[in-house]
Amino acid sequence: MLQIPCPWCGNRDEVEFRYGGQAQVAYPEDPVALSDAEWAEYLFVRANPRGRHAERWVHSDGCRRWFDVVRDTATNEFAS
Amino acid sequence: MTRLPSGGRIDRSRTIECTVDGVPLRGHPGDTLASALLAAGRLEVAPSTYLGRPRGIVTADSGEPNALVQVLDAPEPMVPATEVELRDGLAALSLSGVGRADPGGEQRCEKRYRHADVVVIGAGPAGLAAALAAGRGGARVFLVERHRELGGALLDGDERIDGAPGVEWVARAASELAALPETRVLTRATVAGHYDHGYLLVAEHSAPEQRPAWQRLWHLRAQRVVLATGARERPIAFPGNDRPGVMLAGAVRRYLRRFGVRAGERVVVCTTGDSAYATAFDLVAAGASVPLLVDARSEPPPALQARARDVGIRVRTGASVVGTSGAHRVSEVRVADINDPGRAEVVECDLVAVGGGWNPAVELARGPLTWDPEVSAFVPEQDAAVGAARGAFGLADCLAQGFAAGAAASTATGFGASAPQAPVVEGDPAQSRDHPLWSVVGDEVESFVDLQRDVTVADVRRAVDAGLRSPEHVKRYTTLGTGSDQGATSNVLGLGVLAALLGLDSPGASGATTARPPARPLRFELLAGRDRGALHDPVRTTPMHDWHVRAGAVFENVGQWKRPRHYPKPGEDMAAAVLRECAAARTGVAMMDATTLGKIDVVGPDAGEFLNRVYTNGFAKLAVGKARYGMMCTADGMVFDDGVTMRLAPDHYLMSTTTGNAAAVLDWLEEWLQTEWPELSVHCTSVTEQWATIAVAGPDSRAVLARVAPELDVSAAGFGFMEFRNTLLRNGIPARISRISFSGELAFEINVASWYGQAAWDAVFADGADFGITPYGTETMHVLRAEKGFVIVGQDTDGTVTPLDLGMDWVISKRKDFIGKRSFARPDTARAGRKQLVGLLPVDRDVLLPEGAQLVEPAASRTPPVPMQGHVTSSYRSAALGRTFALALIRDGRRRVGEVLHAPLGDRELAVEVTDPVFYDPEGARRDGHQPG
Ligand SMILES: [Zn+2]
Repeated sequence: MLQIPCPWCGNRDEVEFRYGGQAQVAYPEDPVALSDAEWAEYLFVRANPRGRHAERWVHSDGCRRWFDVVRDTATNEFAS
Repeated sequence: MTRLPSGGRIDRSRTIECTVDGVPLRGHPGDTLASALLAAGRLEVAPSTYLGRPRGIVTADSGEPNALVQVLDAPEPMVPATEVELRDGLAALSLSGVGRADPGGEQRCEKRYRHADVVVIGAGPAGLAAALAAGRGGARVFLVERHRELGGALLDGDERIDGAPGVEWVARAASELAALPETRVLTRATVAGHYDHGYLLVAEHSAPEQRPAWQRLWHLRAQRVVLATGARERPIAFPGNDRPGVMLAGAVRRYLRRFGVRAGERVVVCTTGDSAYATAFDLVAAGASVPLLVDARSEPPPALQARARDVGIRVRTGASVVGTSGAHRVSEVRVADINDPGRAEVVECDLVAVGGGWNPAVELARGPLTWDPEVSAFVPEQDAAVGAARGAFGLADCLAQGFAAGAAASTATGFGASAPQAPVVEGDPAQSRDHPLWSVVGDEVESFVDLQRDVTVADVRRAVDAGLRSPEHVKRYTTLGTGSDQGATSNVLGLGVLAALLGLDSPGASGATTARPPARPLRFELLAGRDRGALHDPVRTTPMHDWHVRAGAVFENVGQWKRPRHYPKPGEDMAAAVLRECAAARTGVAMMDATTLGKIDVVGPDAGEFLNRVYTNGFAKLAVGKARYGMMCTADGMVFDDGVTMRLAPDHYLMSTTTGNAAAVLDWLEEWLQTEWPELSVHCTSVTEQWATIAVAGPDSRAVLARVAPELDVSAAGFGFMEFRNTLLRNGIPARISRISFSGELAFEINVASWYGQAAWDAVFADGADFGITPYGTETMHVLRAEKGFVIVGQDTDGTVTPLDLGMDWVISKRKDFIGKRSFARPDTARAGRKQLVGLLPVDRDVLLPEGAQLVEPAASRTPPVPMQGHVTSSYRSAALGRTFALALIRDGRRRVGEVLHAPLGDRELAVEVTDPVFYDPEGARRDGHQPG
């Protein structure tokens, strides 16, 4: 079980969190201005690297805050 | 009897009586079931699982593949006899590979959660040294030992530490560890899994004298883990190596040393290295004869050969056992040169002690493994493994590595520590290299690799002949190493055999298989602990729950809520009860506990703007005092949730959600507020449990409300549809009453603080008594809403359905942006031929379609693949319609109204007519009920 560093609560067990996918995928300013392909890219396409991956988590059974971390998907180590 | 007159670490002052397969067995405290069986001369155990071959005890540790038993009085399914401590009254059944699951319930299982700075796994010399070094620095240390005693291999040998016998050093270490305030020693505790970030699952058992017995599952979170798990001896694959009486050499020695049990009288020792010589010497010292020691090496250490000669043991080098004979126990072996297996000598014996080298126990290592040619085994790359677990078999090395690793772990976790001076060790002969011998030339069908799975060299060869090369593939093809012992004794031998068949230098060339937890079988009962029965999952009940129970409600689980599904009267089944409840709501008055609907307070100056962005329809301009139905979509345009939201004040909305989705909706709102729109000043708070809600529905509901809330103007003119009022009920309870309807009938929802829920319910029930007010459950609610074509998110939708697919174009705002809006212009959501919500009327008016039934064109071929046109999402009997009906999602459904489709169900074909989804009161005339006249 991962131990996830909540910036507000410190290290907590994975069961207290929910994974929110890749970090820094911003909701487009003006969706109407996007082409179908660009909108589909926003909706469906995410990175899936072996190695460092910026991701979002929410401490749902704790402070309920969202935060970003960088996790190595091969070792599960979190970069500080 | 082969119990020696003295020696061993058993309590000879007391005798224990127990039974195996109903046959009485005696032993002493300190015995295992296996050692007691051997002491009684009972070497043979149940026959093998697949081939039914006779089998005997092979090991003295948890990796035992053959001697599996079911403990009847504890109860414990399928455990190795080597792991069962003897106790009075113990009743066991020997098993041929398969135990019987026991529902449990008698034994005390509990869990503990602890953080540790350092966890040391294994309390042999290396682990003890590591725990001492780490604990002296003040770190929180757990030392986890599988056996009842600390000391590991030191309990089996003659080594001396600082001038004293090894066991004395162990005793001193144990008392020092016990005195360290932050150090905890667990014995009879097995680490079942080592997971990410130092997470360990440890199964601890009670001592045999503790009654009732208990088990405990420790969840340890360690900053540093030191693996001192030791090593396991491996067998050699020669024909007949599965015959009872072929044992591992280290096990033979352990039975002598620890239990005072001589497993054989005339023993041939067959080895590839030094360690089995000690077994041979101990056997001779214990009065057994060792007619021959066969060493695969052509040049064993001269000192060992000389000592063997001195005690009368003939040593044959460059040779191996190449076959065994015997009816139910080995009676003779054939021995031949490895290079010339044809000419064999025959030696009589009743035991073969096999030492094929030692594999570090690495199943708990998390890093990669590498092949170490010095020790002919896989070793962990990381330096957190110490002693035999890292391939260091000398005692001095074990102690030095343990001290260093313990000190390093303590330092790394913030506690100052330096490695203690390594003590002086005597009797620790320098080890020479093993000569690995995987299999000998001979009958491969008789040469066993995995005893528990009955896998032979012939099986591995068949895998290779089938073209398999990867150890993971060969493992799955042959089932090698997949038994309950997880390949403890067989896995590396199998890899060696595979490498030899592939012509590789060593198993290092093909790599090891990946060990996955649990390393040893764990009982589900232990994993569950006390989280079973009523404690398994939280149960949520409404304030009126006890009333529903007394009223005979049949409950339905919705999320964790218990909701009344229907209230059957004596003699009624569900169908009859639901028809009666529906009729009451359509023709009189009925009441339902709607407390479980999710309720979220949305507060702040930007609340209106926020709801405008999350709902597909507008909420910013909703007037205070009014309510509006709203729908939410995910960004891909699919329906996510729906419900009615009231505006309580300019900056205060009260949102309702579906019962099962309440938590997910709150998460969703918070996610968008925190990650995308932090500039919006809005707070969301779940208030589901703060309010009790009573729905009162039916043409007579106005009359009931007028009695319940006497200060309220309940007339259609004074209290419009989708409005709410704050008032006092006749019994003084403050209430918020809204006029909303999920049934199409005139209906009100009474919201009161949850602690008033029962009093409000009682008032409505009493005031409706002379109207025959009828409590109704979720099933009736479902029927009523389906007659009106109202969808239930999650039943009529499944995450692939847009509001447009549901025919709810009116809920999509044209004037503002909202989550998902852009997706309605995507080619996939805009295309023709999407599934759309329709009604279905079975041609046979009595036939009830099963929900989930697939629908096909009547003329379509029934040869698969049959093109599916859609499926039934809701299906009921209707009192109002006097017939059955259904809702369905059907390809291009709205254009197919009037067509007939078929639902093939086994050998039946049900014909259904596609209709509009609104079956009842399509004009909405009943919403305002009777006008007071
Ligand atoms: Zn937190």
